[in-house]
Amino acid sequence: MIEIRNLHAEIDGKKIINGLSLTVNDGEVAAIMGPNGSGKSTLSYVISGREGYDVTGGEVLLNGENILEMNAAERAAKGVFLAFQYPLEIPGVTTMTFLKACLNAQRKSRGEAELSTPDFMKRVKAGAEKLGVPQDMLRRALNVGFSGGEKKRMEVLQMSLLEPTFAILDETDSGLDIDALRIVSEGVNALRDPKRSFLVITHYQRLLDYIVPDTVHVMSKGQIVKTGSKELALELEANGYRDYVGEAA
Amino acid sequence: MPGDVKTAQSAAEEKLVAEFARARASLPGTEPVGALRDAAFATFKSAGLPTRRVEAWHYTDLRIAMRDALPLASAPKPDAALKQKLEKLAPRIADLATARLVLVDGYFIAELSDAMPKGVSVSALSDALAKGDATIVEALSAPGMGQGDAALALNTAFMQGGVVIDVASGKQVAQPIEIVAVSSESSHAIYARSLLRVGAGAHLTLIERDVSAAAQAEQRNNALVVMVADEGQVEHVFVPAVLNSASTHVASLLAVLGAKASFNSFTLAQGGGLLRRQIHMRFDGEHAKGQLAGASVLRQKDHADTTLVVQHVAAHCQSREYFKTVLDGEATGVYQGKVIVAPGAQKTDGAMKSHAILLSDNATMNNKPELEIFADDVVCGHGATVAQLDEDQVFYAMARGLPKPVAESMLLEAFVDEATDRVESEPVRVYLTSLIGQWLSQRGRA
Repeated sequence: MIEIRNLHAEIDGKKIINGLSLTVNDGEVAAIMGPNGSGKSTLSYVISGREGYDVTGGEVLLNGENILEMNAAERAAKGVFLAFQYPLEIPGVTTMTFLKACLNAQRKSRGEAELSTPDFMKRVKAGAEKLGVPQDMLRRALNVGFSGGEKKRMEVLQMSLLEPTFAILDETDSGLDIDALRIVSEGVNALRDPKRSFLVITHYQRLLDYIVPDTVHVMSKGQIVKTGSKELALELEANGYRDYVGEAA
Repeated sequence: MPGDVKTAQSAAEEKLVAEFARARASLPGTEPVGALRDAAFATFKSAGLPTRRVEAWHYTDLRIAMRDALPLASAPKPDAALKQKLEKLAPRIADLATARLVLVDGYFIAELSDAMPKGVSVSALSDALAKGDATIVEALSAPGMGQGDAALALNTAFMQGGVVIDVASGKQVAQPIEIVAVSSESSHAIYARSLLRVGAGAHLTLIERDVSAAAQAEQRNNALVVMVADEGQVEHVFVPAVLNSASTHVASLLAVLGAKASFNSFTLAQGGGLLRRQIHMRFDGEHAKGQLAGASVLRQKDHADTTLVVQHVAAHCQSREYFKTVLDGEATGVYQGKVIVAPGAQKTDGAMKSHAILLSDNATMNNKPELEIFADDVVCGHGATVAQLDEDQVFYAMARGLPKPVAESMLLEAFVDEATDRVESEPVRVYLTSLIGQWLSQRGRA
C-alpha cells in the first residue's frame, strides 16, 4: 500500500504539487483524473524518484517505509513501477538484454540470487506470448522503431516481469487504438492482485472502461480535490472538470 | 609566411637538432634513404614542432606538450624475461590465433615473433632500408601524403624500427597479423615506421597493439604506410597504449587504395597523455571503398586528437568516416576530418560522422568536419554532434531498477558500440568491447 501525506514538490522553483494526500490500499486500483497541467505526471515522477524535482514537504510511504530519500533504482527494487506515457527508445541495447539487466539488478538489490539465462528466457517468453509481443521484438533494440501500441505493450511486459507492489500507469491510453487499448488493459488486469496496488493516471474516462478502478480521484492544481467511486469518472466525462478545478487553493 | 615571426627554438627542438646530428650517421639506410631523412629533417627544422598556428594542429599543441625531447631508444637485447613480460602486457586476444610480429622500442625482434602464414613475407625496416630497394624507399616515403607535416617529417628523419610486410598477389590470408609494439622501461623516444603492401586481390587483417612497460613518460612517433593494390582488401585495427600522462604519441597512418580495393581501419583510443591520430587516405583507383572508424574514451587530462584527410582522386569511390568519443574529467577530444574530392572524382560517395558525449562540465570536444568538393556529381555529407547523456534515458533505466552507474555504462557502451560494430572480426570486436567495458567500470568506481 502507498500513502502520500501532504506532499509538496516543485521544479525550478515552480510549485507543482501542493499538499497532496492520497492512499492506495493493497489490491486497490485508484484512478487519477484531471485537466492538463494539474500535476498528474509530476506526481508520477516524484513518486518514482526522477531527479530534478524538489520535494519541499510531506512523505510517500510504501508499505510504511518513506521512499523519498531513495533514488529511482532503489525505489524500483522496493516495488515501485512507472509505466511511461512516452517510453524511451534505447538504441544499441536489445530488449532482452535490458530486461535481464533490470530484473537481476532489482533481485541483487533485494539480496536475491540472479536469474539464470534459461530461467529468465522462460519467464520472458511466457510473458511476451500473453501480451502478443513477437519474439523478434525482444531481439531488437528496446522501443527503437516500435509503434505506439508496441511500446505500451512492452511497458506492460516489463511490469509483468518485474512484479511491482505499486504500479503507476501514466496516460497509458495515449496513442493507442481500440485494439491496442484492449490488449494493454487485459495485460494490466491480469496483474491485478490482492498484494499489488495501481495508480492509473488518465485524461479520459475511456481507459477506465477497460481497467475498472475501485476509486477515482480528481486532481487540480497539485491537490486531490474530489474522491469517489468509478461513477465519478462518468460524471467527469459528462460535465468536464469545471465543477472541481476552482476548488483548490 | 609574410609577417610570420619565427619563434626561437624550444628546448625540445634544440635537442632534436642535436640528436639528429649525433644519430644521423648510424640511422639505417643507403644514401637515397639518407637524402630522404635530410629532406624530412629540413622540413621539421623550418617548421618547428607543430603549434596551434598550424591549421591541421589547431587543437593540439605538440610544441607545448613536448617540453623536452627524450633520447632515441637504442636497440634492445631480447631475453626470456622480456618474452614473459610481453605475454603479460599483451595477452593473446581470445578466440583469435594471430601471427605476431613484435617490436621492442620500435625495433623488430624476430626471436619474439611468430612464423608468418603462407603468402606473407616480413623484414625488419632497418634491413629493407639497408638494402635500399627503390620501390620500398619510395613507398615508405608515401609521396603526396602528409608532406609538410612536421611530426611526420620527424618520423621520416628518425625512423629506425618497424617492419615491412608484403602479401603476395591473390593470397587471401585467413590468419590475422598482429604487430605488438612494446616499449621497455626507460624513458625515451621511439620512431618506428612500418609498411604494408597488399598485392592485387590479396586479403589481410592487421592488428596493431601498442603496450608499455614504462612508468615514465615516453615519446612515440610511429607511422604505418598501407598500399592496397587493385581488388586487395585490408582490415586494420589499431589500439594505442595507455601511456604515462606526460607522454606524447603521434600515430600516423597513410593509406593508398587501388581500383576496387577495400580498406577498413579502426582505432580505439583509451587516453594516457597526448595522442595524435593522423590519417591520410587516398583513392587512386576507381570503385574502391575506404572506411575510417574509431572510438575514444577519455578522462582526467587525456588529450586525443583524430585528424583525417581523405583524398578522392579517382571516380566512383566510397568513403566512410565514423567516430565516437566519450569524455570525462578534464579530457579534451579533437576530431578534424577533411574529405577532398578532386575535379575528376565524379560519383564519389562520402559520409562522415563524429559524435561525442561529455560526462563532465570540464571536458572539451572540438569537432571540425570539412568537405572540399571540386567535382559536380557526388554525394557527400557530414554530421557532428556533442551532447550529454540523455537524462530521460538514464531515468527510464533507473526506474526499471538499474543503479545510475550501471544505467550510464549501459548507455555509453551502446553509444560506443555503434563504432566498434564496424570492425569485421567478431573476436576483435569482443576484445575492443572488453577494453571499453574496463574503462567504464573504472569510471563507475571513481
